[in-house]
Amino acid sequence: MERIQIITIIANLFFLGYIGKLIIKGKLREEYAIVWLVITLFMAIFSFWRQGLEIVSRKFGVYDPPNLVFTGFIFLILIYLLHLSVANSKLQKSITSLTQEMALLKQQKEKEAQTDNA
Amino acid sequence: MPFKLLIVIPCYNEQDSLPALLAELKSLALPPAFSMDIAVVNDCSKDATVEVAKKHTDIVLDLPVNLGIGGAMQTGYLYAFQHGYDLAVQMDGDGQHPPYELHKLLQHWEATKASVVIGSRFIVKQGFQSSALRRTGIGYLHWLNKFFTGIHVYDSTSGFRLFDRKAIAIAAGNYPDEYPEPESIIIFAKAGLAVEEIPVAMRERQGGQSSIKQFAQLYYIVKVTIAMFFSFIRK
Repeated sequence: MERIQIITIIANLFFLGYIGKLIIKGKLREEYAIVWLVITLFMAIFSFWRQGLEIVSRKFGVYDPPNLVFTGFIFLILIYLLHLSVANSKLQKSITSLTQEMALLKQQKEKEAQTDNA
Repeated sequence: MPFKLLIVIPCYNEQDSLPALLAELKSLALPPAFSMDIAVVNDCSKDATVEVAKKHTDIVLDLPVNLGIGGAMQTGYLYAFQHGYDLAVQMDGDGQHPPYELHKLLQHWEATKASVVIGSRFIVKQGFQSSALRRTGIGYLHWLNKFFTGIHVYDSTSGFRLFDRKAIAIAAGNYPDEYPEPESIIIFAKAGLAVEEIPVAMRERQGGQSSIKQFAQLYYIVKVTIAMFFSFIRK
């Protein structure tokens, strides 16, 4: 086994452990964790299977194997960013509704307090 | 039974211009067919807008988080909807929309029963006309609106507008939160509501600043174009 393989495998294990810790502590929702776990899995496969990248690249018709890595990861990152934008939009909508509801309730409460006093 | 009318005033840091506006509104002699309430929506102002508003009116909707003009307006429409108002009129907190022009909107509504009546600066050129750059943008939006809905609205960014019960119901359910005015016209037109425009005179703002600042104008046009397009194709 080459030195770089051992380094990647160890880095991978740390990454995996950290993701696990975040989930256990409730800081990372499972639905977001899926992407991170899948990425870790891919990295693990290719750190054990050294010729894998070349073989897969040839299958795809990519001449320079690192290009496949870049293309693949950029694609993944874009998809994930889109997913985050969607999640963000949903959050914003919820916050708007909550805020409006709060303002309306506050007004109602104040009005009730006024009629009680009168 | 008179028609219940709610004036919705969205405010962001308007403590200076608000008292005059509210006093002017309250001294207004409305036609006897209408009864008026005033709701101030405070969009998380950093100044004393809430305290000032509470001195002058009973209905103060105080948003704990800044939502932007659309989110603030929608809060007003939600209130109008829940409390059974027949009409709602948006009036900006900076005094741009003079209360004495209100009767023109009401008269037009009584005559036509249009669901949305927009007060326009541009049909008859009088009063405050805003800058040349901004007028170019507004001309483009006029074209875009005509393209999407076939309706001529010359001043589609005008916030001085009257909604009837049908329009209030729609706005309470779905109202764009950023730069809502041009986009909402498409939403109303698609729902089959009659949208009409009448000339009014506007004043230069009495205080505060526009929600659309210099650098944001290009962003405004792009965002509104995209939003209008998607409102148009949305089912």
